[in-house]
Amino acid sequence: MLNFSGIHKKFDKEILSNINLNVREGEFLSILGPSGSGKSTILRLASKILEPSKGKVEYKKSKSPVIGFVFQEPTLMPWRNVLNNVLLPLELNEDINKSSIDTAKEWLKNVGLSGKENSFPNELSGGQKMRVSIARALVQGCDLLLLDEPFAALDEITRNKLENDLLSIWEKERFTVLFVTHSVSEAIYLSERIIVLSNNPGQIIYEENIDYSGSRKEFQESNQYQEINNHIFKRLEEGMENE
Amino acid sequence: MNKLTNFLSPFIALLVIFCIWEYLVYILSVPLYILPAPSDILLSLIANFHELILATLNTLKITFLAFLIATFIAIFLAILFSLSKILEISLYPITVIFQVTPVVAIAPLILIWVGLDNAQIAILILSVIVAFFPVLANTNLGFRSVDQNLKELFIINKASKWETLTKLNLPFATPFILTGMKTSIGLALIGAVVAEFVAGTGTSTGLSWIIIESGNRLDISKLFSALILLVFLGVFLFLLMSALEYNVLKKWHQSAKDD
Repeated sequence: MLNFSGIHKKFDKEILSNINLNVREGEFLSILGPSGSGKSTILRLASKILEPSKGKVEYKKSKSPVIGFVFQEPTLMPWRNVLNNVLLPLELNEDINKSSIDTAKEWLKNVGLSGKENSFPNELSGGQKMRVSIARALVQGCDLLLLDEPFAALDEITRNKLENDLLSIWEKERFTVLFVTHSVSEAIYLSERIIVLSNNPGQIIYEENIDYSGSRKEFQESNQYQEINNHIFKRLEEGMENE
Repeated sequence: MNKLTNFLSPFIALLVIFCIWEYLVYILSVPLYILPAPSDILLSLIANFHELILATLNTLKITFLAFLIATFIAIFLAILFSLSKILEISLYPITVIFQVTPVVAIAPLILIWVGLDNAQIAILILSVIVAFFPVLANTNLGFRSVDQNLKELFIINKASKWETLTKLNLPFATPFILTGMKTSIGLALIGAVVAEFVAGTGTSTGLSWIIIESGNRLDISKLFSALILLVFLGVFLFLLMSALEYNVLKKWHQSAKDD
């Protein structure tokens, strides 16, 4: 789906160094790392908002895949109602017709916001705003979904519910996901693969494939889950030693 | 305090002030040409009603026209600045020069350029000069304050410059623009009044001319009548802009939800 080869990114100082990463089609990949390790920069390179200082970011299957981006904040347009917020990507890429409105309504239903079409963002809770943001990212039928710590500001229960909703949508649609988070347990629960970055500059120092049998819930309560959690935690601590 | 009390309080305060004023003028026997009592002002207002209303409408017409032109120019310039950094760097200092130069200092020049017979046009130009900067500065600030994530969202979706302007920058800057317009409409009135003082009136008379003329004739009651109408005009324009701001923002902006 997406290939990072020999990526370096420099702003005032070098943020990312020699990132080589092959993101597979339909994969759910999480990126963990301390603050300032360049996790969000990887997402911005993946979406081509930023260009690398050195190296190449290449899309494999399609030259210009449909990309959905979910930011840490819901980043809704407060002057538009929920439906018009979700319609935005369609509006920017095609003419709005009845079918696009139906698609937007369908996605609002998928994220559990039926009946909220005419509400304005300031009338929604934090969790509902994030659901609108997810619906907006997916409304075009995206190939690559980039999520930048989307649930960080939410309470535990809302966060857990949204994680499960995201998983069920992903299992149904099978788009490729790059998920940035600070939470080790969240990354293990959601992902098929996790990469850990060090900082100063950000480099991939560890990679873990999450393989388990049975349900996700069972896996979450298993010893294997705890072991992976502890292991990744240690790697993260090693990564922070550069600070 | 309930809403009615909130609404009535300033009127009651004014009424009390007028009563004290009336009483002091009566007790101290202040001559009419120094300070008329509120009742004298009211009588003068009634006696000169037709002339004063025509003058008020004339000042209102100039103010409103100047305000609209100033708003259009300011938003247009802010859009240009948002599209081209080099234009902003080149032209913004010139707009600041207009803002910091006192209108009375350039009034004679404008009057000469447009011709002494076109005093109304001179007043309009001067009023526009005074009024346009707050809208420009606020619109500029609004464009600069656009959420970075939203900008990135538009880039990811390959939005054109026109789409980014109309669907993101302008709506995002709307509260800023309205704040600028609220300041600007008051300045347009001040500009129209000051310019009329300096440039004269031409064929139609505004409130400033009535004030000058009444002052020269020591008809202080009439002067106060014109002054009071000027105050009402200013308050009316401010309330008009506040109502516009409230109606545009009430559904989505926090500022329209306070109180």
